[in-house]
Amino acid sequence: MIKQDPKIRTSNFNEVNLGYSKEEAIKEASRCLQCKVPKCIEGCPVNINIPSFISFIKNDKPEKAIEEIKKANNLPGICGRVCPQEEQCEAKCILKQKAIKIGYLERYAADNETQQKIPKIKESKHRVAVIGSGPSSLTCAADLALKGYNVTIFEALHKTGGVLRYGIPEFRLPKKIVDNEIEYIKKLGVTIKKDFVIGKTLSLEDLKKDFDAIFIGVGAGLPNFMNIPGENLPGVYSANEFLTRINLMKAFDFPNNETPIKKSETTVVIGGGNVAIDSARCAKRLGSHVFLVYRRGLEEMPARQEEIQNAKEEGIEFLFLTNPTKIIGIDKVEGIECVQMMLGEEGLDGRKTPVPIENSEFVIECNQVVIAIGQGPNPLLVKQTNLNKDIKGYLYVNEKNQTSDAIIFAGGDIIKGEATVIKAMADGKKAAAAIDELLKNK
Amino acid sequence: MFEILKKEKLAENIYSFQFKAPDIAKKARAGHFIMLRIKENGERIPLTIAEYDNNTITIVVQVVGKTTQELSELKKGDKIEDLVGPLGNPSEIDKVETVCLIAGGCGCAEVYPIAKEFKKNNSKVIVIFGARSKNLLFLEKEFKNISDEYIVCTNDGSKGIKGFVTDALREIMKKEKIDLVIAVGPIPMMKAISEMTKNHIKTRVSLNSIMVDGIGMCGSCRVTVNNKIKFVCVDGPEFNAHEVDFDELSKRNSLYKDEEQHICKLSQTIK
Repeated sequence: MIKQDPKIRTSNFNEVNLGYSKEEAIKEASRCLQCKVPKCIEGCPVNINIPSFISFIKNDKPEKAIEEIKKANNLPGICGRVCPQEEQCEAKCILKQKAIKIGYLERYAADNETQQKIPKIKESKHRVAVIGSGPSSLTCAADLALKGYNVTIFEALHKTGGVLRYGIPEFRLPKKIVDNEIEYIKKLGVTIKKDFVIGKTLSLEDLKKDFDAIFIGVGAGLPNFMNIPGENLPGVYSANEFLTRINLMKAFDFPNNETPIKKSETTVVIGGGNVAIDSARCAKRLGSHVFLVYRRGLEEMPARQEEIQNAKEEGIEFLFLTNPTKIIGIDKVEGIECVQMMLGEEGLDGRKTPVPIENSEFVIECNQVVIAIGQGPNPLLVKQTNLNKDIKGYLYVNEKNQTSDAIIFAGGDIIKGEATVIKAMADGKKAAAAIDELLKNK
Repeated sequence: MFEILKKEKLAENIYSFQFKAPDIAKKARAGHFIMLRIKENGERIPLTIAEYDNNTITIVVQVVGKTTQELSELKKGDKIEDLVGPLGNPSEIDKVETVCLIAGGCGCAEVYPIAKEFKKNNSKVIVIFGARSKNLLFLEKEFKNISDEYIVCTNDGSKGIKGFVTDALREIMKKEKIDLVIAVGPIPMMKAISEMTKNHIKTRVSLNSIMVDGIGMCGSCRVTVNNKIKFVCVDGPEFNAHEVDFDELSKRNSLYKDEEQHICKLSQTIK
């Protein structure tokens, strides 16, 4: 996969991966052994018929490939770019180290779709409300619309897409792609209402009067803070705020876009997931020298390997086995004190617990700190309901993604904590199937 | 798109706008705020809901920067891109005998609906309205209508008592038993009132902070209250005044001063 040169790409927000040419795609597709018992499909959370779509690409029929993919996945342009295929379908490929680049091929098919084909849909009388417009909700809405249900999506922000819009940066997922995919969903007959906060503008009880079933896909948008001294100094951002300003409000192009973001000489990002890497790469593009501080080691980092590699190429300095203790400054951030860590015993989650090494504190001088240590479930709606939830606020659902209210379903980060776009989509599909089962005979 | 049904100039650089917004209006209560965005590349800003009925909401805007300047130039019939709400928690209207509501400058737009609710709830309502000068006073007739006692102070003495709202409150406290104080205005004012009432009168303030989404997602509006991090947009906007770290909030609010000046200069150059 051809990428923008690291020296050039750190001064723009354009997509880093440039996509396969036709020749490259056909060549890669031809390597697929078309296994009789394809292991790759097992690895896909939405069970795309992978060998089938690859075969269409091999025969230079990308429009047939995209048709095949869309039988299982409504957001192929997005998944082809952001799915961790190396942990999913590609991990199961029998070619092992030389696994087929299934993700790049999916992206190729999506990018070469000339016309969005809308199938004939038999209309049903039932109405479903979908709360949120991120990947889980979009998938649930699309699957229900394809079955003829009258679906309305309620989105709290002024733009749709959820994390696809505000979380994942332009250089990993161009917003034009997100717009295209959502256009398809609208063509299926889904109504989208923006600037609508369910829990404020309308309550769940209000929705129950007008809708036969409800899907909650509000995500995990509550930023976690470390609760260390100095965390509220001007110049300390949660990753959510940092990315929302840059991705949703396009602050990287201030003052053409009127939401500001502070440009800083040195930025320290704390965390080891995709959000931390995204934040670091955004800070780099805003002109900072960037340190990424993570309390475990490279092997333990949950972020996608490909993006870690991209970040390294872009000059981001990784400080492993390092944890912040306090942020220093009087009127704004001037530095951050960190301590060296070592990996101790395995904790309850199976991961080695990082333990500070005594007297190993040191200070990194910086003007900006971005805290990317995870998000919790968005409490705004869930707090106001009587739906069963756990102590952190994640909604309980059964194996059909049904909550403690028989007509309310949920999926995505609000039920399991931050996961991936594709897992959220799998939830959306399961919930749509369960909603259909519930309503079709009513 | 949301249409401006009515626009009024209330005072120097202070305007009110009535918007057609039936969904927001039906759920609006005293203390709520909205977020708005004028145009596609505009920023989102929070503004208090000063009045509401079944179909419309009214906001009051003081020109302090780029977006508020642009808003002040819109006319009746113009439309803005986004309006979302009602956000925040509505004001708690406690059953108290006497409540003293203190409005500093544009804070009176927030105090007005809250005072109305306390009056409806049969409390004795004392309102103190402070501004730098008489040309910055507004809603006076409305306040006189709904309060039992209405006191005006101006820093320059051009109307009412010459002095600050703290001076007026000191006088009131000498002759009345006040059960609750609610203060809304510039941070130094709210801090001063809070220091005066500490240890003797229950006091709430409504905080204004920088916001981006307004729905609890980003933490840009975070404030330390009783040593814990709270978000003004979902935990507030009202808090126990005696627990708020006003100094920290003041520092955080000045983060984008340079960018604000830069963009205002740019648009003046274009004009």
